[in-house]
Amino acid sequence: MIKPSGAAEALVEATGVGLRRAGRWLVSGVDLTVNPGEIVTLIGPNGSGKSTTAKIAVGIQKPDIGDVRRRPGLRIGYVPQKLTIDWTLPLTVERLMTLTGRYGAAEITRALEEVGIANFAKAEVQHLSGGEFQRALLARAMIGTPDLLVLDEPVQGVDFAGEVALYNLIREIRDRTGCGILLISHDLHVVMAETDTVVCLNGHVCCRGTPDSVVSSPEYLELFGSRAAETLAIYRHNHDHTHLPDGRIQHPDGSIHGGGHVHGDHAHCDHSSPQHDGADPGNGDIVQLADQKTRQTGNSPDKDSEAANAR
Amino acid sequence: MLDDFFVRALVAGVGLAIIVGPLGCFIVWRRMAYFGDTMAHSALLGVALAYLFDINLIVGVFLVAALVSLALLLLQKRGALSTDALLGILSHSTLALGLVMVAFMTWVRIDLMGFLFGDILAVSRQDIVFIYLGGALILGLLIWLWRPLLAATVNAEIAEAEGLRPELSRLIFMLLMASVIAIAMKIVGILLITALLIIPAATARRFAMTPEQMAMMASAIGALSVIGGLFGSLRFDTPSGPSIVVAALVFFLLSLLHVRGLKKHAPSNDGKTT
Repeated sequence: MIKPSGAAEALVEATGVGLRRAGRWLVSGVDLTVNPGEIVTLIGPNGSGKSTTAKIAVGIQKPDIGDVRRRPGLRIGYVPQKLTIDWTLPLTVERLMTLTGRYGAAEITRALEEVGIANFAKAEVQHLSGGEFQRALLARAMIGTPDLLVLDEPVQGVDFAGEVALYNLIREIRDRTGCGILLISHDLHVVMAETDTVVCLNGHVCCRGTPDSVVSSPEYLELFGSRAAETLAIYRHNHDHTHLPDGRIQHPDGSIHGGGHVHGDHAHCDHSSPQHDGADPGNGDIVQLADQKTRQTGNSPDKDSEAANAR
Repeated sequence: MLDDFFVRALVAGVGLAIIVGPLGCFIVWRRMAYFGDTMAHSALLGVALAYLFDINLIVGVFLVAALVSLALLLLQKRGALSTDALLGILSHSTLALGLVMVAFMTWVRIDLMGFLFGDILAVSRQDIVFIYLGGALILGLLIWLWRPLLAATVNAEIAEAEGLRPELSRLIFMLLMASVIAIAMKIVGILLITALLIIPAATARRFAMTPEQMAMMASAIGALSVIGGLFGSLRFDTPSGPSIVVAALVFFLLSLLHVRGLKKHAPSNDGKTT
């Protein structure tokens, strides 16, 4: 993981920006910085100004107040939230790649291979499925090796497995090119492992920080409801038990036991590593199962060996 | 060779068709058919003003068409009425204003039918020079502007974010449209210019795989329509401007028989990634 170095100049820095439309502030007082090599994720409910903030950052919208500074000569790759291409425009995937710049056949093939749609190079974009089209848009945005990639809900219409793969790809792009990425997403679950900074928006910045600190902040809980946060927390920590004040463990079935369960035992639960966190639900389940097994073992080793013998 | 009025008409018409092909494609892609119509209708006001102030006709038409497109941009920004309604207002009020002004100017004799439906058989050598020089300039600008304009057509936000200035290319495109209308007026007439812009482009859509192919095919189909229409008008003694449009329509109808564009064009080796 490339961590943003403090010395490098920020790619884009918005200070106190606000945008007013029809007498209503869509966003106000938003501060946002994206550094080289940093992945910043904007989350928030519908209409919370995520897209607007991103548009202000890249210069599509001019803010009514506040200040946006982009690094001089900044190259931006942009994937908009909504894009429909009129049927009257004949556009192959290949041709879409050179929409805003000239690239050779080799570069186009490589970009398409990276997102896994090289076999669609000659297909018309109107014939792609939602997921394929999103991949094509991502390939188009990154083909010019931009300094800043701005992705507005880049995985819409992509199935869950594809979503995880795309987010992995986005992180890989960052790791390889060192570009900064401004990501808009409504499911923090999936992007969490790939994100350095989360900015939680609701017309203004509710909270910000690392994914861990944001999901446990009261503002986040208020915005998304504690239920959402609980699901997230389960994903995040694979916790199925509560640590009681006296050091004993309470399990979901209400049973309480001391001893047996020491933290060393379920070190594979791995609270600190981002790799397990929601990025791969299958893996998460396995960890959780393993955790339960540990608990069983701790609870009544005899039962466990009986079960093993029965098999 | 250019002594013959028919040859002059052919040369002028083919030249015009080549110019309007790519512009017509943008009109179709950007869903601006009605906008093109509005600019064309305003041309009659340009004609009337040109006579009133004794300036060159083509310059007068260009200025009024450009003003109308600017007025539209400003009115759109205010957002009080839908673009549709604004275009309706601009289109017919400029046409009506032009007709009323022409009626007032009793001291000039204006061949109204010539302006409304074109008079390609009256094309002079000077007109031909104007079409080819002006056309070269228009096409040159369009080629220079091609990538930003196409990017803005696909998505203005991408174009803006990636530094292609879609507003500027849109403005230049409107000025190009105004000049094409000024040039085309004499050939097919105010009421039929839009047809020459749209029908060849729509026909080309069924055969083209890329925007560039579509633009070139639209030029070629437009040129064929001019040739077919002129020979048809000679053969059947029909008015030339409408004959050209009818020829374009025939090509469009023929293209409907070609159904490839309607089939799903997907690679057959699905699943086998290369």
